[in-house]
Amino acid sequence: MALKIPNALLDQLREHGEQTYPHECCGVLVGDFDDADNKTVKSVIACGNTRTDSPENRYHIDPAQLIRIQREAALAGQDIVGFYHSHPDWPAKWSSTDLDEAHWTGCSYVITSVENGKAVLTNSFLLLGEEQSKHFEDESIEVVE
Amino acid sequence: MPIKVLIPTPLRPYAGKQPSVEVTAKTVGEALNNLVTQYPDLRKHLFAEDGKLRSFVNVYLNDEDIRYLAKDATPAKETDTITIVPSVAGGRVGCIDFLQID
Repeated sequence: MALKIPNALLDQLREHGEQTYPHECCGVLVGDFDDADNKTVKSVIACGNTRTDSPENRYHIDPAQLIRIQREAALAGQDIVGFYHSHPDWPAKWSSTDLDEAHWTGCSYVITSVENGKAVLTNSFLLLGEEQSKHFEDESIEVVE
Repeated sequence: MPIKVLIPTPLRPYAGKQPSVEVTAKTVGEALNNLVTQYPDLRKHLFAEDGKLRSFVNVYLNDEDIRYLAKDATPAKETDTITIVPSVAGGRVGCIDFLQID
């Protein structure tokens, strides 16, 4: 399985991480699932980080904003296919906190490392399993036109 | 006319793969109970063993979080939409794999 994303949208989510540095950015990936559960991102929606108490190492998306995004995606015949956030001055790898607080099975969790204000690596992780057995698997990012 | 319940992507496999389900109810709590009666596999994903909504499951009546209304007892009518949305959060804190111990 792969996450397909146009280059411009990949740039967009990476630039968001640079804009919010040294704080974590976060947002939603909207698009389509195909029959093989590959995902194609059609839009990247930047969200505010509500973790104002610890924005340099935590993020949280306002559920009210998620609901609006989910509703608008449905009207366009699309779905929420994943989420993204940044790790300021930290590797682009999921943390135990990322796993503990991940609940959207089947969706992609994209993480960009931002070092000294510059986006470096972007990786995607697919959340699988049920709540008690959930885990991330590495997922390839396929840049499309 | 029943109330529409919008099902998020991760819960659709337990709800007949449908993006929305219609239930008949007078309150949000009744709607959720009718939903899990109709789709029993959903129950453990929405409710903890004590019967309360799981902490990471947000339930909205239209644009309002039911925690700030009357929770389960929030009245619901036919024109309302109930939306279930798991929380989205995380962060680099906890990246113990990369900590170096001198």
